[in-house]
Amino acid sequence: MKQAPLKADHKIILNWISKGASVLDLGCGDGELIALLIKEKQVHAQGIELNENSIQRCVAQGLSVFQQDIDTGLSEYADNSFDYVILNQTLQQVKKPDFALNEALRVGKKVIVSLPNFVQASARFQIFFKGRVPVTKALPYEWYDTPNLHFLGIADFMDYCQKRNIQIQNSAFIRKNGVVKLFPNLFAEVGLFVCTKQVS
Amino acid sequence: MEATHLATINQAVQAIEKHFTFGSPPEELPLESGEKLVPITLAYETYGELNAQKSNAILVLHALSGDAHAGGANGWWDSLIGPGKGLDTNKYFVICSNVIGGCQGSTGPSSTNPKTDKPYATDFPLVTIGDMVNAQVHLIDHLGIEKLLSVIGGSMGGMQVLQWMVSYPGRIRSAIPIATTLKHTPQQIAFNEVGRQAIMADPNWKKGHYYGSKVPAKGLAVARMIGHITYMSDASMAEKFGRRLKEDKEPFKFSAEFEVEGYLRYRGDNFVKRFDANSYLYITKAIDYFNIVNGNKNLGDIFSGLKAKVLVISFKSDWLYPSYQSQEIVKACKLAGVDTTYCEISSTYGHDAFLLETEQETQLIKHFLNTASNGHNGGAQ
Repeated sequence: MKQAPLKADHKIILNWISKGASVLDLGCGDGELIALLIKEKQVHAQGIELNENSIQRCVAQGLSVFQQDIDTGLSEYADNSFDYVILNQTLQQVKKPDFALNEALRVGKKVIVSLPNFVQASARFQIFFKGRVPVTKALPYEWYDTPNLHFLGIADFMDYCQKRNIQIQNSAFIRKNGVVKLFPNLFAEVGLFVCTKQVS
Repeated sequence: MEATHLATINQAVQAIEKHFTFGSPPEELPLESGEKLVPITLAYETYGELNAQKSNAILVLHALSGDAHAGGANGWWDSLIGPGKGLDTNKYFVICSNVIGGCQGSTGPSSTNPKTDKPYATDFPLVTIGDMVNAQVHLIDHLGIEKLLSVIGGSMGGMQVLQWMVSYPGRIRSAIPIATTLKHTPQQIAFNEVGRQAIMADPNWKKGHYYGSKVPAKGLAVARMIGHITYMSDASMAEKFGRRLKEDKEPFKFSAEFEVEGYLRYRGDNFVKRFDANSYLYITKAIDYFNIVNGNKNLGDIFSGLKAKVLVISFKSDWLYPSYQSQEIVKACKLAGVDTTYCEISSTYGHDAFLLETEQETQLIKHFLNTASNGHNGGAQ
């Protein structure tokens, strides 16, 4: 069987994670990413996901998952319980992103955040010239059925991290499976960040 | 001591019925109450074949009114046990035994007290969930099984699973507690107490010494009716009965008029034919005393050091053992760093869902056992 090519964002996260690390994936969906990390990096992984059908698909792959709300699900974990906490396309969908990121930074030594860039060029184009809320390949939802609750750009997230004393140790920006080097806030569809608590 | 015979063969799975007796002095089983029970007989059934490494055994633990006949024709978990099913008997060796204190072949209040040659009745000692599990360990030893691939059960069966996780963590590779709780709550105790009061208020109960005469049938039937109400949900009752009236209803004299009344009476009367009222009293007490949190000040201490993989399952409409109680189990597992999976299955069946909503349950269990029997999967921490 031919294997599907690695998604660009998964490839970047895979490179960032060290072998044998412990990983908590918040909003792990069908478990595609953690299955990959287990296979390639032999990580110890736990997923948290709200959707029952997704839980079933995770269990079918032999993954360990909790059906829980990220907005409340981390309180039991001690500080620095995991080497990495992953928020892959999750942060913009939780009710309290500020709280969720804080909790992630508390229980994880490093937090990997991947976000859709709501202000990339084609979105700006649609707003400016069409006068419509953008629907793009990376932002495929209509206003009435989007799971996204918060709309931010790459620069917004970086500003936020600075304000909250969150250190961005590494970042990557992609569009259509290619890497964006210049003006990511304008051209990238997705931004990925490795965040840590600022050491005071 | 063993008596073996093949149970009725059905297309699903062949059940082997056996009895195992142990505990004759000096091997008495000390009970948690400090009393001793000698000898103890456990009625059990097995399905499938134990492999040469003895590594494919799964112990199924039954709920309040269950028995050893879990699989095969009319088995209470026939939907889950058999070739190709959730507990696939082509791959696994499945064991189910009747709990001590029960009345379906294992030693209980209706058994003969060797000291008096009469049924124990209320001279039977108080038994706990811990005692039930201790007795099961003797059976597993007897079968020559060092480590069970899994222990699985719902409701009171789930309590036994939790007890195994705490008392014998080194003897299980995985555990599946379903629709259960770390400790019985006042509401749960209250429902059990109403059932017990119904039995004890029956003039035929005679402080438990009714063997050889009329049994407290009315009391036990009412206890079962209350039980059934708590096992269903508002939605499942509405769907099953609505406000429909019975076809054969008699002129108004408080006879059963609504279908739901007829159903409850039927269930109650049927239960009396197969269950002993004293066993109902003893087992509900064992359930009420269940509190695995016990001396542990921290939730995280309960399962600390447990290496087994755990799958916790709850059901959305279960109001007798609501999901928050399963989430407490998950919390305790998380705090102890136990490799855990939790799923709340959508179902309208109420607490009964663990016996009825088997499609989703089967998928979860099948895949989970696959992972557990293949060893490492890179689980958490």
